[in-house]
Amino acid sequence: MDLFIAIFQGIIIASTPLVLAAIGELVVEKSGVLNLGVEGMMIIGAVTSFIVTYETGSHFLGLIAAVISAGLVASLFGLLTQYLLSNQVATGLALTLFGLGLASLIGQTYSGISLDAFPVFDVYLLTEIPIIGSLLFNFDYLIYLSIIIVVSVYYFLNKTKLGLVLTAIGDSHDSAHSLGYSVKMVRLFAIIFGGSCAGLGGAYLSLVQTPMWVENMTAGRGWIALAIVVFAVWRPLWILVGAYIFGGITIIQLHVQALGVNIGAQYMSMMPYLVTIVVLVFISVNKNRLAVNAPNCLNKLFTSDL
Amino acid sequence: MFKLQKKETIDQSSLYTVPLIAIGCSLIFVFILFLLIGKNPVLAIFIIFVEPLLSIFGLSELIVKATPLIIIALGLSIGFRAGVWNIGAEGQFTIGALFGGAAILVFYPTSGIWILPLSFFIAIIGGILWGMIPAFFKARFNTNEILVSLMLTYVATLFLSGMVYGPLKNPDGFNFPESRLFHDSGTLPIIFPGTRAHIGFLMALLLAGLMYYLLKRHKFGFHVKVSGESLRALVFSGKSTNYMVYLSFIISGAFAGLAGVIEVSGPVGQLVPAIPVGYGFTAIIVAFLGRLNPLGICFAGLLLALTYIGGEAAQIKLGLPNAITGVFQGVLLFSLLAAEAFTNYKVTLKKMRRNF
Repeated sequence: MDLFIAIFQGIIIASTPLVLAAIGELVVEKSGVLNLGVEGMMIIGAVTSFIVTYETGSHFLGLIAAVISAGLVASLFGLLTQYLLSNQVATGLALTLFGLGLASLIGQTYSGISLDAFPVFDVYLLTEIPIIGSLLFNFDYLIYLSIIIVVSVYYFLNKTKLGLVLTAIGDSHDSAHSLGYSVKMVRLFAIIFGGSCAGLGGAYLSLVQTPMWVENMTAGRGWIALAIVVFAVWRPLWILVGAYIFGGITIIQLHVQALGVNIGAQYMSMMPYLVTIVVLVFISVNKNRLAVNAPNCLNKLFTSDL
Repeated sequence: MFKLQKKETIDQSSLYTVPLIAIGCSLIFVFILFLLIGKNPVLAIFIIFVEPLLSIFGLSELIVKATPLIIIALGLSIGFRAGVWNIGAEGQFTIGALFGGAAILVFYPTSGIWILPLSFFIAIIGGILWGMIPAFFKARFNTNEILVSLMLTYVATLFLSGMVYGPLKNPDGFNFPESRLFHDSGTLPIIFPGTRAHIGFLMALLLAGLMYYLLKRHKFGFHVKVSGESLRALVFSGKSTNYMVYLSFIISGAFAGLAGVIEVSGPVGQLVPAIPVGYGFTAIIVAFLGRLNPLGICFAGLLLALTYIGGEAAQIKLGLPNAITGVFQGVLLFSLLAAEAFTNYKVTLKKMRRNF
């Protein structure tokens, strides 16, 4: 039972950065923009939150720093792609390369330092319930926040006017423009929201998951987040399913290695990436479901004037 | 607010001005960055961008680093022209290095002039096979080639590491995770004695020349151009839409695989887990900075090679982190993309509209 609880908690903790980064990117893609810079925004969030937390001693200020800094670099992407009409794929790659470099540069002197553990969100008595207490109520508050964000995005996209406008812009920017909606503004805000979420995901890595700063600590999670958006077929609640499956593979793979199964560690570590490929292929086979949910204008240039 | 309008014809001079403007902007950015972190910016820029060009050693290292960048970027430029995004050249490079290196190791003590050509052939096949995976899924199911090719990069790196820790480990190597050193038949000839500059650089230049000819004078260049303009037009010219997907990945996979085997049989001289150092990603910047033009790619490759060597020099002499190279490269690509807007579009000021 203890092992089961350990694995369960491990999966939730491994998945939360993916949930945060993927739900942000989902909103961006729903508005018709493909931002491949998730990895870069995550690492910026990771390094700034670490530095601010280390210098001020406040986890909360660290999280704020991550949200602001990653939102700022995302807005750079937004200005280039929306107002200077640059290629989204190339600009997203530039954002990743730039983010990884900048994070290593500013995090240089903080490498290897560790932080105090992130506090557990202690709900009175609930944590004490046997088994269920450990399974559901023994986490930091960011995990609950990530679920709240996912549900809010679901509500926002499906039940609010602005959310429907955003979806409409992603499906046909020309029609939305003709109706008088400001395509570029909405997209810019979506991009900044996506950046902030990715930053929060990065902060989760350096504050909670392993409370220290290590160069390139995102290790491809930004790219897996992009794949999770496709896995979820752009449906917010499915982001949770996708992220927990991917987190689950990572953790179970580690436990299998620890059991001493006689396969090279490298081959086990390939699992999350191979599973991502298989999932992407399976999702793309079902054309009908994609046609209903995928934003039509994803990665298409919008050239009409403001 | 301002308004962008697509220009009817693109000024030919923009081929040179855009990259130059981008390089200028990036230099200004790093100048400010050095000021902020309290280093002498003039000295730092001199050490990174000028000093390596003043010594034979610096120049030979420049050639060594530029070789894989130019070769990979030449391959990528075909796909990018056609709107096919191979982001996983790093993986195809790694597989090329692994396949080619393994071929050299299989014939270990045997010497012969045929060993290198054979290993090159196997490396190219390896690169193509690795590139065919995303191409097949893209062509068959329309699976996102960007994500698949990128995931395969992580798989390739782990695969190389698994092989070097396992079957390809040097039997006399005290259990270190590295292969035997390649013998003379598996090592590329050096052009300038006493340096690491090898004939791979000449191959890169030769390939650039070949690519220039194909794009300018051959029907192949026409298909690439048409496919970039519109996929429908390509279909009318008698090719299926998947033609460009396969072709782009075959060419970029082959070139990246070739660059991989050149890297291991040239400067590295053995298989180690640390062979992939990001050339496949930097080559994307090289391709864009070179305006997807073979000649431009040669210049861009040399410039980005300079940022690697200069970055190492700055690390030793100024105590700057190596990451400064990555920052410069990222800023360079940003500036390039921004500068492009002013050549493809006419910028006019106009009054804000009220109704939104």
